[in-house]
Amino acid sequence: MDKLKAKLKEWLEAGEITLAIGYKQGTREARPFFCRTAEDVEQMVFSNDFQPNLAVYLSKKEVVKDEKVAIVCTISALRSIAYLARENQIGQSQYKIIHLSPNDELMIFRSPWDIDAYIEEIPSTPSEEDRRVIEMLDAMTPSERWAWWAAQFSKCIKCYACRAACPMCYCTRCIVDNNRPQWIDPWASPLSNMEWQINRVMHLAGRCVGCGACGAACPEGIPVHLLNRKILDNIEENFGMPAGIAPREGAVLNTYKPEDKENFIK
Amino acid sequence: MDNKDFEPKIIAFVCNWCTYAGADLTGTSRMKYASNVRVVRFPCTGRIDFMLLLKAFAQGADGVIVSGCHPNDCHYTAGNFHARRRWIVLRGLMDFLGIDIRRIRFSWVSAGEGAKWAQLVNEHVETVRELGPYEDYKKAADYLKEGVYNG
Ligand code: SF4
Ligand code: SF4
Repeated sequence: MDKLKAKLKEWLEAGEITLAIGYKQGTREARPFFCRTAEDVEQMVFSNDFQPNLAVYLSKKEVVKDEKVAIVCTISALRSIAYLARENQIGQSQYKIIHLSPNDELMIFRSPWDIDAYIEEIPSTPSEEDRRVIEMLDAMTPSERWAWWAAQFSKCIKCYACRAACPMCYCTRCIVDNNRPQWIDPWASPLSNMEWQINRVMHLAGRCVGCGACGAACPEGIPVHLLNRKILDNIEENFGMPAGIAPREGAVLNTYKPEDKENFIK
Repeated sequence: MDNKDFEPKIIAFVCNWCTYAGADLTGTSRMKYASNVRVVRFPCTGRIDFMLLLKAFAQGADGVIVSGCHPNDCHYTAGNFHARRRWIVLRGLMDFLGIDIRRIRFSWVSAGEGAKWAQLVNEHVETVRELGPYEDYKKAADYLKEGVYNG
């Protein structure tokens, strides 16, 4: 941590960056922290388990425009940056990407492309609790699952925090903001809450890195990230693409193989 | 529950080049098949957004058929390959949400397979007849009528 702070201070003092995005201790949990001075940097904290995923700010132009940015990345944030670069949302050397590995090694990536070699070695896995809930749901009958999710979605207030927290949800006009046609009713209701989640998850299919920031952001505690995790499992099983690593040949749903297998088209 | 007399409403989303032509052949060959199906024609299976399937259920369909050209026969070369990946992912998600995926039948029907189309529709009508009306989904969708706004 000291090495990381020293590096950020050095950059800030030399004017190499104007803004360092990291974490500081909040009331209960860590929270995002925007540092502009060397004194600020002192308050920074870091762990690879922290939420939210700070890469989300890199796709928010209003935050990073006209700034020279260093971003303190968890492993998940690194994964997101690699994906954002593949989707041409991030330039070659636009940001200073800085990271502390789980064994406390300071890493600085000069370009998003350098991230691949590092994260390819680290599988993206759900937490034990998430795995447990997924297995519990898998063991249910479809109508039990339906009832379980209906109860969850009934809490949704359509705040779209799940969208705002996701680095990959960067469309300037989301399907739920369009009203010609109004695909999904904008108010909270059993149907529209479910339709919203199906849309969110499908539009992220093959792009989600499995960071869990969406579920962590939900003020109602709905574990919406489990839906994304299920898709990651499904993609790995069906197309052999491991979770969290941006495929070089393009996103899963933007590409295909003639020999893709299924067992339900009859 | 006895669903003998239940006539399911089935919406079929088909591509213009293969399955629509195949269904047309069924008609011009004067083959008889279940009349429960309403066919919606698309340029390509690649154009069949998953939202359309959801909207069909929301508006009262009990079952859905999605069909297009066989692999390697797509008029636009790869629309059906892209669609196939999307269906694989979508089907997994729907199942995880508890949506009854037995109500969605995916198929490839070529312009020459008029008989396959008739058989496909007949089979799916029977499958859905046995499952009965899709009450769960209708309940979720009818919130306006029921005045249920959240939950
Ligand atoms: S959908 Fe959720 S888990 Fe996936 S990248 Fe976005 S925030 Fe992370
Ligand atoms: S963050 Fe939670 S409450 Fe807000 S829209 Fe997403 S699921 Fe609904």
